[in-house]
Amino acid sequence: MRIGIDVGGTNTDAVLMDGTAVVSSTKTPTTANVSEGIARALRDVIADSGINTETIDGVMIGTTHFTNAVVERKHLTPTACIRLGLPATVCLPPMVDWPLDLRDIVGGNAHLAHGGHEFDGREISAFEPDEVRDIAEKIKAAGLNAIAISSVFSPVNSTFEEQSAEIVRSVIPNANITLSSEIGRIGLLERENAAIMNSCLRQLAARTVDGFKAALDELQIASPFYISQNDGTLMNADFAKEYPVLTFASGPTNSMRGAAFLSGLKDAIVVDVGGTTTDIGVLQHGFPRVAALAVEIGGVRTNFRMPDTYSIGLGGGSLIQEDPLKVGPRSVGYELTEKALVFGGDVLTTTDVIVAGGGEDIGNKHAVSGLDAGLVTAVQARIMEMIAIAVDRMKTSATPVPVIVVGGGSILVTGEIEGASEIIKPDHFPVANAIGAAIAQVGGECDRIFSLAELSRDEALDQAKQEASDRAINAGAAAESVDIVDVEEVPLAYLPGNATRIMVKAVGDLVGA
Amino acid sequence: MRIIDETVLEDLALGAAVLGTGGGGDPYIGKLMARQAISDFGPVELYTLDELDDDDLVVPTAMMGAPTVMVEKMPNGDDIVNAFLSVGKYIGKPVKATMSIEAGGLNSVVPIYCAARLGVPMVDCDGMGRAFPEIQMVTHTIHGISSTPFAMSDERGNTVLMETVSNLWTETFARSVTVNMGAMAMIALYAATAADLREAAIPGTITLAEEIGKVVRRARLEEDNPVETIRAAVGGYLIFRGKIGDVERRTEAGFAKGDAMIDGIDEYAGQSLQLSFQNEHLAARIDGDFRVTVPDLLAVLDVDTGEPITTEGLRYGFRVAIIAIPCADKWRTPKGLEIVGPAYFGYDTDYVPVEQRYGGS
Repeated sequence: MRIGIDVGGTNTDAVLMDGTAVVSSTKTPTTANVSEGIARALRDVIADSGINTETIDGVMIGTTHFTNAVVERKHLTPTACIRLGLPATVCLPPMVDWPLDLRDIVGGNAHLAHGGHEFDGREISAFEPDEVRDIAEKIKAAGLNAIAISSVFSPVNSTFEEQSAEIVRSVIPNANITLSSEIGRIGLLERENAAIMNSCLRQLAARTVDGFKAALDELQIASPFYISQNDGTLMNADFAKEYPVLTFASGPTNSMRGAAFLSGLKDAIVVDVGGTTTDIGVLQHGFPRVAALAVEIGGVRTNFRMPDTYSIGLGGGSLIQEDPLKVGPRSVGYELTEKALVFGGDVLTTTDVIVAGGGEDIGNKHAVSGLDAGLVTAVQARIMEMIAIAVDRMKTSATPVPVIVVGGGSILVTGEIEGASEIIKPDHFPVANAIGAAIAQVGGECDRIFSLAELSRDEALDQAKQEASDRAINAGAAAESVDIVDVEEVPLAYLPGNATRIMVKAVGDLVGA
Repeated sequence: MRIIDETVLEDLALGAAVLGTGGGGDPYIGKLMARQAISDFGPVELYTLDELDDDDLVVPTAMMGAPTVMVEKMPNGDDIVNAFLSVGKYIGKPVKATMSIEAGGLNSVVPIYCAARLGVPMVDCDGMGRAFPEIQMVTHTIHGISSTPFAMSDERGNTVLMETVSNLWTETFARSVTVNMGAMAMIALYAATAADLREAAIPGTITLAEEIGKVVRRARLEEDNPVETIRAAVGGYLIFRGKIGDVERRTEAGFAKGDAMIDGIDEYAGQSLQLSFQNEHLAARIDGDFRVTVPDLLAVLDVDTGEPITTEGLRYGFRVAIIAIPCADKWRTPKGLEIVGPAYFGYDTDYVPVEQRYGGS
């Protein structure tokens, strides 16, 4: 059996699953010390099902804790950055595009050194070990041991980053080092930003992951536990301590993966209706489609594998303006249960309209019996139109696709969605995210620029697939279960020699799961 | 003369992306560079062409190569300065100012970096009034101004200087040197006097870009219709609203080419627009007939936000408004059309100015 836990900003949800069956589920408030909330949720699902904790094979935890730490500027460790690329990149030093308050907290200790590669693998300049040693001495003198190392085109060739790490360790034996090539893709500033954030989160990650472990120990759960990543795959506890940034945005990913699981569909659109916004994402082969553009975390630009979601200002608490008719984007949010008409408030919300339309029996339905029937119909039509346009925006072709509706605001979906082949509202939809955590797999990816002048396209694709598969196996996947789930090729404009960027993703089941 | 400081960069880059007709690169790195240079060295003076003396020498600066490489291997900064100074040194006369060679996300802001670093002014004009993919495609070529002495510099300190017999030859040689320099080079070219530029350049481009950016930002804040606001600001014509269907891409001779099929919505329902691109949006056919072609501008905008969509950003399902903007008159001459008309890009149609087709509406 597996337990999936989602630690959100408001609620900590947990589900106990036996194979594909949901045995029990719970929703508890998130606590300031997240371990306490997790322990409580674990106690609930275990007590509810009456199982023996020895039958638990794994605990999967999704958390927004590290994202929030950056957003709230809390628990961050001052971090130095070494960038290899001189004489290139001088005009934009590390952390140049960070919000000033965050740069102050992280320390702004940045150094440039020689090294780096061209797009085709040539060296920009020779690597100079003594230069890196001198920088390491300076970092040591500044009293820092958290360090990020980046190198130009390190996704193509990471040797300079690795050599630098070795030198830094010889000077600072307890150095906490993140190499940009281990966590990001092409786009130096974004990849470097991610590496710096990773190093500055590691102390917090160690404490938090140890706290999770303590919560499990307390309940005598001896099974391994995993943390979910932004791409819907898992990492083990030790890996999570090393790469906390990879948890960023795992929440929407888990909810989409949970929707896939609950509906049994691998290719579909997921509509997650909350109180204030509706997030629409796309499932491809059971995984969220990844965003192509840069994503900001706490004001810092990154290029993580983030789910490509599109949000509209529509939810269960959205305000309705009657003339001219307007639904959202303003919302009563978490105050829905005080301010909506059906809860005795004086604000007309989408939830009131759905109740008035007879779609749901929530609160005091007599409070909305006087609503104009024409208005109710018009609002319902507008809601469905807003969802239909957003769904259409996320589709990759004109072919109708199934739409899975999850989230607490799912009651808003009352009719057909244009372009949807069917609409599915699965059971257990409020805890879809915890289910997503429980069923996650492990993955690996390859993102590199290949020159098709030297390799045939098939050879390049094979090489990329092999690298992605190897990484999935290194991350804990059972070799025989590894499958290539995504291949994307981008021919590079302006470049002769047929340079092509190839991105491949492989996933597999956890060994022993 | 007026001052370009950090506060206008956002507007300038957004407006230049509208005029960049889907090309000209992602402005993010360029904008950061300009912001950094202004914060380190102070703001930049922007002169109009009329404010310069006749024999003041102006040397445009730009980045050439793959925007995808620039996001990884950012410039040194000295490279731009080296290219700019090399041209002046070769000519043997003092250079008064720099300018943008094209209006596009990246190259409209790169000269600001150079100007701030060196404390030289920038001139409010460019050589395209939009973005084009090749070096010879500037109004300077129409007026017989040579692209050489042409300097291209890399971050190592290398500078290649060339003299060529035509601007097309410059393009040919520069393209291969760019690859050797790591698919990206900083360039300075088309040195000309203010007197010549009053004839040859397109005036006011920087101010126009900034103005467009400003009105779009305001329109968004006021929940006004940003597409209509942009249309009015550029004096263009709304030619289509639709949803992007199929996007077909291919790489030919180092250029990203392709076509997007856009299905009409609202009053355009039932019609289909074929958008053809080569780094920039080049031609629009509605139901098979050419309606707008180079050198007129095609701006593809997000229907709701007015955000310009680049050729790389074209994706199924985007709802777009397409605005056609009359190009600079210089491009409508026989010589101009020879350089950037539909025939040069392989479209079998005569050029018809956009206002002849849409001016009545």
